[in-house]
Amino acid sequence: MSVTKSRALRRLFDDIGTVDQVGIDERVAKYGTRSIKKNSKVFGLKLACSMVDLTTLEGKDTPGKVASLCQKALRPHGDSDIPSTAAVCVYPAMVKHAAQHVKGTSVKIASVATAFPSGQAPLKIRLAEVRAAVADGADEIDMVINRGAFLAGELALVQDEISAVLEACGGSTLKVILETSELETYDQIRAASFLAMRILRPGDFIKTSTGKTNVNATLGNNQVMLEAIRDHYLATGIEIAMKPAGGIRTAKQALYFLVAVKETLGDAWLSNSRYRFGASALLNDLVRQLVKEKTGAYQAPYSFSESSSAY
Amino acid sequence: MPAKRTPARELLFGNLWAYDPAPETANGFIAERYGLFINGKFVAPKTKKYFDSISPRDETKLTEIALAGPADVDAAFQAAAEAFKTWSKIPGAERAKYLFRIARLLQDRAREFAVAETLDGGKPIKESRDFDVPMAAAHFFYHAGWADKLRYVTPGRTLAPLGVIGQVIPWNFPLLMMAWKIAPALATGNTVVIKPAETTSITALKFASILQEAGLPPGVVNIVTGAGETGNAIVDHPLAAKIAFTGSTAVGKSIQRALAGTGKRLTLELGGKAANIIFEDAPLDQAVEGIINGIFFNQGHVCCAGSRLLVQESIAEEILSKLKIRLKTLRTGDPLDKNTDLGAINSRAQLTRIQELVAAGISEGAEMYQSSCALPGKGYYFPPTLFSNVSQSHRIAREEIFGPVLSILTFRTPEEAIEKANNTPYGLSAGVWTDKGSRILQMSTELKAGVVWANTYHKFDPTSPFGGFKESGFGREGGKQGLLDYAQLI
Repeated sequence: MSVTKSRALRRLFDDIGTVDQVGIDERVAKYGTRSIKKNSKVFGLKLACSMVDLTTLEGKDTPGKVASLCQKALRPHGDSDIPSTAAVCVYPAMVKHAAQHVKGTSVKIASVATAFPSGQAPLKIRLAEVRAAVADGADEIDMVINRGAFLAGELALVQDEISAVLEACGGSTLKVILETSELETYDQIRAASFLAMRILRPGDFIKTSTGKTNVNATLGNNQVMLEAIRDHYLATGIEIAMKPAGGIRTAKQALYFLVAVKETLGDAWLSNSRYRFGASALLNDLVRQLVKEKTGAYQAPYSFSESSSAY
Repeated sequence: MPAKRTPARELLFGNLWAYDPAPETANGFIAERYGLFINGKFVAPKTKKYFDSISPRDETKLTEIALAGPADVDAAFQAAAEAFKTWSKIPGAERAKYLFRIARLLQDRAREFAVAETLDGGKPIKESRDFDVPMAAAHFFYHAGWADKLRYVTPGRTLAPLGVIGQVIPWNFPLLMMAWKIAPALATGNTVVIKPAETTSITALKFASILQEAGLPPGVVNIVTGAGETGNAIVDHPLAAKIAFTGSTAVGKSIQRALAGTGKRLTLELGGKAANIIFEDAPLDQAVEGIINGIFFNQGHVCCAGSRLLVQESIAEEILSKLKIRLKTLRTGDPLDKNTDLGAINSRAQLTRIQELVAAGISEGAEMYQSSCALPGKGYYFPPTLFSNVSQSHRIAREEIFGPVLSILTFRTPEEAIEKANNTPYGLSAGVWTDKGSRILQMSTELKAGVVWANTYHKFDPTSPFGGFKESGFGREGGKQGLLDYAQLI
């Protein structure tokens, strides 16, 4: 075992401090007791809409599916009061199709790359994938970290790979997916957050998960990462953005995530340049609730496309 | 852990996304006037006097409450003594049925009781809704379970009731303290004369209607209302087999003096000045959360509040800066609003006492930081307050403030932490925050406190005995130990 690898995680904790799981879970349970009513509810729902990275990541994605996804992102509902989403998120092969619809609009193109979701491909191939997506017009790249290296204690390798991807991104924004469920503990999530943030540029993201495992974004891992972002910001002045992804399906959940942002990082992070939701079904529920706030009644289910794979 | 760099930037907690008011709209069903609850019925006081009950939320009058004089207290004791003859004889399983029924009825009417508790005492609705009322019901459920198992509390012996218990409870957790007192007394076969605090009698009197609904035999529980004089009449009554008191140390001492030589039993749960000890290897953000919860829960009106913060010197600055940030998102205001974290101070008298002690802190040279939140114009409110640079001799480090005021002291070694933590006449509770398990065990044996919380604070459960060392009193409430304080072993 190399000298640098030995107890590397322990030494990192000496620097960044640890997290108590019971305490985090108790803290986030309190967000769920906040009561968001009337104007504050409408504001929160619209804000959440504007933060969605509307996502389709399936083997059966086609240019046609991506086209309708882009239309939905640009105009989530007939009501023009409801804002466009922040981005669409697709596989690299679909970037050029998405570009035909949203290039030049406020909706950005995000693409997962680096052998998403496992990341288990040679670095050269992962980097080539990133470059291809950027060349096709991706504004944002969602990469996965090398969890194998992290869990083996090769922390320097994890960082080196993030650096290499960052370079391949050029001017595109980078989102670093920690895949929190594979890191398992809040301590390791905090550690991985810091490994990534110490390399990232202001405005780059850390992201909870791929959406491809059993447990994805939770208020708990979101809180751990928000606190890591806060500590990094207060120490360095570098503003890192955050993206929980997967598992946020209802408007109510999204509001509680935003409450966590408001009460942990404050107003500056309540913007889609600093906070995003990686989601597909969420947008429909946000729209449903917004229409309900406006009309006072829930619309028939067929007013919105219910299936997350049909827009 | 190496010292962190000083913060380069500020976080902005402004009004970009302000929460709209979210008032709890349920009705608390508070009557215009309450009599005394004696022998299963509401009766007018023999004194013919009533006093006003004021809501600390907005200083409005909520109701009028009967003032019980010695003759009323005597009537209550006579009723309780008469009821004791049968209540102490019926099978435990029958007593359990009543207790289970009371617990369920309290759950059924939880929302109504939460609103009444908040209006009467000023605590945030989310605390009365999520803590006080459910925990009160939990105590009845727990003790209902014991009522038919008294032969198994102590091997080879069984528990016999004492007789009529006189109980006097404080204003900080009116309904919950009542449950803590009544449930074990009834489970062990005693009958009760209880006096709630004069500023917070409403939920106790509403609780009387639950007793009626549950069909509890008349006289088993009698509720008399009034101030100190009424309390004295209970303590001095010759029919009292035992006095159970929760409240201030000064009053506790005078009760103990009054009872000397009378043969009456006594348990006291008195004040505290708990040390909350943060070691440098603690998970700091969760420790900060624990500190906040420890001192600002129920506006600091908690006898086991973590009011003395002991921080290891190497992290003192970082903890203080994290606390200041956390204070910015703590919401003080209308206790009926579901988003309120700190509600109203219980009474004008208590507000005055807090103000006086805070003034003493400033004049003795401690450094004060207060959250800048706007407070409501009417009602009794005090902003969350931190004092740093506090030393052992300061009044704010020695006296129980019983308000949202935290005194921050530092230490260098575990030995110094223990020495400082124990350097107080009180000994009710303490908190320890560290990642090192062995240190938790060491601290918990050396801290002279009835409860030691590790990496958490303010955790309560009916199964866990609660009570103090030294001037924090004696006797335990909850758990098996709590039962023994309401019974004789035979």
